[in-house]
Amino acid sequence: MTNVQTSPPSTAAPSEASNRVSLGLSNRLLARPEVGALVAAVLIFIFFLVSAPAFRSGESFFTVLYQSSTIGIVAVGVGMLMIGGEFDLSAGVITTTAGLVNSMLCWYVGMNLWVGAVVSLAFCLFIGFVNGFLVMRTGIPSFLITLGTFFVLQGANLGVTKLVTGSVSSTDISQIDGFSSLQKIFASSFKVGPVTVWITVIWWLLFVALAAWILQRTRTGNWIYAVGGNPDSARAVGVPLIRTKIGLFMTVSFLGWFVGMHTLYRFNTLQAGNGVGNEFLYIIAAVVGGTLLTGGYGNAIGVAIGAFIFGMTSLGIVYAGWDPNWFKAFLGVMLLLAVLVNLYVKRMSTARKVG
Amino acid sequence: MTLSRIRGARLLALAAVAALGLTACSEGGRQATNDNSGGGGNAAGSSGYTIAMITHETPGDTFWDKIKSGAQQAAKDEGVTLKYSNDPDASKQAVLIQNAVDSKVSGIATTLVTPDALAGSVKAATDAKIPVVGFNSGIDQYQRLGALMYFGSDENLAGSTAGKRIGEAGAKHPLCVIQAAGSVALEARCAGVKSAVPGTENLQVNGADDSSVVSTLQAKLSQDKSIDYIVTLGAPIAVDALKAMDAAASKAKLITFDLNAEVAQRIQDGKVEFSIDQQPYVQGYLAVSALYLNLKNGNDMGGGKPVLTGPSFVDKSNIDKILPFTKTNTR
Repeated sequence: MTNVQTSPPSTAAPSEASNRVSLGLSNRLLARPEVGALVAAVLIFIFFLVSAPAFRSGESFFTVLYQSSTIGIVAVGVGMLMIGGEFDLSAGVITTTAGLVNSMLCWYVGMNLWVGAVVSLAFCLFIGFVNGFLVMRTGIPSFLITLGTFFVLQGANLGVTKLVTGSVSSTDISQIDGFSSLQKIFASSFKVGPVTVWITVIWWLLFVALAAWILQRTRTGNWIYAVGGNPDSARAVGVPLIRTKIGLFMTVSFLGWFVGMHTLYRFNTLQAGNGVGNEFLYIIAAVVGGTLLTGGYGNAIGVAIGAFIFGMTSLGIVYAGWDPNWFKAFLGVMLLLAVLVNLYVKRMSTARKVG
Repeated sequence: MTLSRIRGARLLALAAVAALGLTACSEGGRQATNDNSGGGGNAAGSSGYTIAMITHETPGDTFWDKIKSGAQQAAKDEGVTLKYSNDPDASKQAVLIQNAVDSKVSGIATTLVTPDALAGSVKAATDAKIPVVGFNSGIDQYQRLGALMYFGSDENLAGSTAGKRIGEAGAKHPLCVIQAAGSVALEARCAGVKSAVPGTENLQVNGADDSSVVSTLQAKLSQDKSIDYIVTLGAPIAVDALKAMDAAASKAKLITFDLNAEVAQRIQDGKVEFSIDQQPYVQGYLAVSALYLNLKNGNDMGGGKPVLTGPSFVDKSNIDKILPFTKTNTR
């Protein structure tokens, strides 16, 4: 982070950019992937400020941030993976797998929870590695490979939990050594005035900042865009394609593990069937945030805004006190609007490109 | 690639070593069990009957686990071979019933959550002279479909009884929390509560994601401060609701449907007022036993009416007796 680059090359390097079309400030701004999402987020935010009185408080805002963070942490990884041109459908269940491995191992063997957390991390990274390895080795689309992993994990979550605990939920682990220290890291909260801030919100912002830095400012970031944009030319110019993609799968499973730890240490027990369906929320957050489904385009801030839009919409409907039966319909309309605004803004920025 | 695999293996080995070192000093884990299963009862299949049990269980729900435990215990006690299968999708459940008919089982116990979709398969069973009993859901339709008996709770009655009870305690504006969209049984419970307390409001949450349940409830509680009772329709949701009430500093009281060990503990602590239990273990046990008695002795139960396994209330007055059973997964 020490090498501070002053600004994008289009403004700072006039000599070598002589044959380039120079864009105005507004167009350069609009061409960024997160701007459409930002406009949508602001519009939805104002909409709920107007229509939901209970939405207008610091407490509510931080509840929304908490909701967004539990989606957003994994979504950052999923977004990076999608920029790299791949999908991971196992990202939702792996959160439950992570928690179950930690909780049941420690409960069954009677050992410190820290050990279980480390074993669980190693296990999740291994699953990410297997995902990436299979995709790269076989050339089968990641959609199919990770769909397979998704089913395997979903079944194994239930089967193994039933075998170990005799029920389909894990046992209460709050009395085992290491619980309180791990809870501080993964699932604590503190008060700022009347507002409760969950630590996941801080972690979320940190992960987003880190991902943004990696994508925008490092060689690895360039590799990620390259392997997602055009894998063959990326490989031809010497980008380590396999290493980059496997690394991305492992990043997703690491972040899945992280959220799994949060869920475990906040709720003590886990239902073995949980987590299913969240993989789509991560993908939705990434797409709403301007990530292209085909890879090669997007950024971390956009994905974070995408997760925020999801959290805001899902809770805003409740704050507004609308008929709950319509919940999903409202959600769908909001998300469609977000994507449309996104597209419109992007089109506006590209249409005037030569000017 | 091989390098990172080796590194991963080394990490695992390291963790295992660390685990051994820390194993001795932890408490709160699994208790040494005194296994008393296998005592009593007959060997499976010693009576010669094979009974198929088909449900609409969504895998991973503790509730169904208890139904299965009850059925398995009954099968063991009566020397019946039990074949359990399940699918939440109505048309696939119909196929499972048809499978049981085709394999010529002695009796069929099935849930009737989507009566019309299952009617054809149930008819195939009765045509083949295989006795069918309904359980858990389908209380109003089981006779029309040709099932001999029914074991379950009347969800609407359960809801209205619960509603009456909190109404008498002064509830004006209860919040009924539905954790799965479009479920007839859950809607019926909330409708029952609403029939007793007209101010009841429903809220939809995503039951597959605990943190989302908590924040949604928290949002609702801060949006509407007049909520004085929360009615959850499943035990895990009740535990989430306690967290949300804490976070929103809500003064509302909590009641729930169904039981698990944690809710039972909270009832004893006074955090949960009471639970409306439909006794899933009994439903599974009776469905198999009734078929056994019918096959062996021509019996029928309930006098032509459904046999109700609920609503059974669990509160401070009887929790001490029930709490131990929740830990063995039978209540």
